[in-house]
Amino acid sequence: MSTPQPPMPQTAAPNWQAAPGAPYPVYTSPIPVKRTHLGHALASEWTKIRSVRSTMWTLGVFIVLVVGIGLATAALVAANAPDSDLAGENPLSFGFFGLLLGIMCIMTLGVLTTASEYGTGMIRTTMTACPSRGRVLLAKGIVFFAVAFTVTLVSAFVVALADVSILSAAREPSGEEWLKGTVGVSLFIALLGLLSLLVGSIIRHSAGAITIMIGVLLAPLVIALFMFSESLEDLRQALFEYSIPNQLSAFYSQSLTDTGPSGWDPLWIMLVVTAAAFAGAYALLEKRDV
Amino acid sequence: MIEAVGLTKRYGDKTAVYNLSFQVRPGAVTGFLGPNGSGKSTTMRMILGLDNPTSGQVTIGGYPYRKLPNAPRQVGALLDAKAVHGGRTARTHLLSLAQLSGIPARRVDEVLGVVGLQDVARKRSKGFSLGMGQRLGIAAALLGDPQVLLFDEPVNGLDPEGILWVRNLMKALAAEGRTVFVSSHLMSEMALTADHLIVIGRGQLLADMSVQDFIAANSAGFARVRTPDTEPQLREKLSTALTEAGGHVLPEQDGALRVTGLELPRISDIAHESDVRLWELSPHQASLEEAYMRMTQGAVDYRSTIDQKAGLQQPLPPGAEPPMPVPGQGQPGWYAPPPPQQGGQPFTMPQGQPGQPAQPPQAPQGPYAAPAAPTAPPAAQGETPNPYAQPAPAAPAAPAPAVDTTKSEDAR
Repeated sequence: MSTPQPPMPQTAAPNWQAAPGAPYPVYTSPIPVKRTHLGHALASEWTKIRSVRSTMWTLGVFIVLVVGIGLATAALVAANAPDSDLAGENPLSFGFFGLLLGIMCIMTLGVLTTASEYGTGMIRTTMTACPSRGRVLLAKGIVFFAVAFTVTLVSAFVVALADVSILSAAREPSGEEWLKGTVGVSLFIALLGLLSLLVGSIIRHSAGAITIMIGVLLAPLVIALFMFSESLEDLRQALFEYSIPNQLSAFYSQSLTDTGPSGWDPLWIMLVVTAAAFAGAYALLEKRDV
Repeated sequence: MIEAVGLTKRYGDKTAVYNLSFQVRPGAVTGFLGPNGSGKSTTMRMILGLDNPTSGQVTIGGYPYRKLPNAPRQVGALLDAKAVHGGRTARTHLLSLAQLSGIPARRVDEVLGVVGLQDVARKRSKGFSLGMGQRLGIAAALLGDPQVLLFDEPVNGLDPEGILWVRNLMKALAAEGRTVFVSSHLMSEMALTADHLIVIGRGQLLADMSVQDFIAANSAGFARVRTPDTEPQLREKLSTALTEAGGHVLPEQDGALRVTGLELPRISDIAHESDVRLWELSPHQASLEEAYMRMTQGAVDYRSTIDQKAGLQQPLPPGAEPPMPVPGQGQPGWYAPPPPQQGGQPFTMPQGQPGQPAQPPQAPQGPYAAPAAPTAPPAAQGETPNPYAQPAPAAPAAPAPAVDTTKSEDAR
């Protein structure tokens, strides 16, 4: 758990001499002071994320939603749809609905990873213990991304295996469909969670950041639904195509529209957006007072 | 060694800290005092790199905090007892901090034992009392065996055992050659713990001196002399003799005399020469609290007043007496400080101190005039007569400072 370091040559310990001429004895710790690095911050963030209940709750609900809805959908379809309707279908696509709802849990966990520290005041303790603020953000991001990706991948994979076996009438998914339907969606969702984490770090308020992220998830679709005007047709189309649910469905090649992101595009889009958000969050964190 | 040079912090158009320069040396407990809103916490946060100074800089051992190679191993800080995630247990909280600076997990159990939280180590800190939270915060500060320690209000909410422990802990830490910087509002506690004081008011330095110097510069000690109660003429005789010798004599309620301006041996000699027996001749040093109050009274931003309860009261029938509020600290006139020394300014201060004009009006009265004129010192008293300026209604002429000086001297 902890990372006890083997004794190694002392690096750059500051010179604790008092001002010249000061008659005071100066204490020096008998244990050498070692320079810290990202590995320490990663260990610390891992301890933090696994030691709060909100992690267990959000991930627990996520798994229940993804696996439960994924299996239920497949079971319902298998029981009710005639085999002929299923013939050309990708069986993996029935995992979509569970994941779409599960995104909310990952977003919430992402926001809480950063924003809850501001809510509780823990951030002052953290930033005092590690004044390299960017390192803390990076460590949080890496640990959260790893957790979110792993949990999503396992859930999506379980659902995919189950769906393929339940829906035996559907066609056999290709290798790339398997990759996109498991690793692809997991990367996409974990990146979305990472974006939430960064928004949490920028907004510094849990409820506010969660609201923003749910808005990002739903608003484009909802706005597009009510855009009846002919002149706004292009905008409406774009909102549909680039809405997160539609981007997610692109991983199953069942987009709402024929144009718009397809293949691995959503992943690249999300990667660019997250990278931009990271740069913003990093700059703000370094500049603002904690 | 903490060194601040020209430290300034502005929030919008409000200046929280202005041009603060001081040094906190190792081997001593340095108290950090100031009224609410005077910039203590802001200064602490700037020392810890949480807030960036608008101008100036503060270094620890020559490094700005954020450039320290391993901050928790060099600086331990207790800023806010509640700056923890309540859902985490005491142990995992400390463990996460330990891992951040490469401190082994066994050290976590060690400091939990030091602060006495080993029994609740696996309880969520949400359920901790304020005192337990303080202990957890102190554990976090001690985790890295640091050379410099900062404590913001460490004894808040602690039980008497805890207060004693913190007091001894700080002294022990300082005795080991560490730099200990403590802010507190508990003057009696500071008087017992601190060796050196840094006092700020309205974000500016008011004093940077040892505790003894601070008290000596900001308040007047006195000698209490008691002559035999059975022979009142001896009292008169001694009063006259002492006054002739250059002392200032004030009668106390119980018949004793309060003498200032003369050393104890001199008083004894005078009594001997004038053939007066003494029943008591005792030195009374002013308390740190009294000295602090006098120093900062001009720099207090948030001043409490008596709760008149006018908004709650039914119209009183004519002639009825309103209920008396309980007298207490912070109410105007609770201390009626005499000016510290002849001529006003208590000591040489940096130029342009805010709020200092509150003192000069009393200056011409001489060092010991104020106690005899209880209505003089606080300006507010002129307008609204304060019921507490006079400790006993039966003796309206009694000197007001008797309320605190006689009571608080044992705080030293």
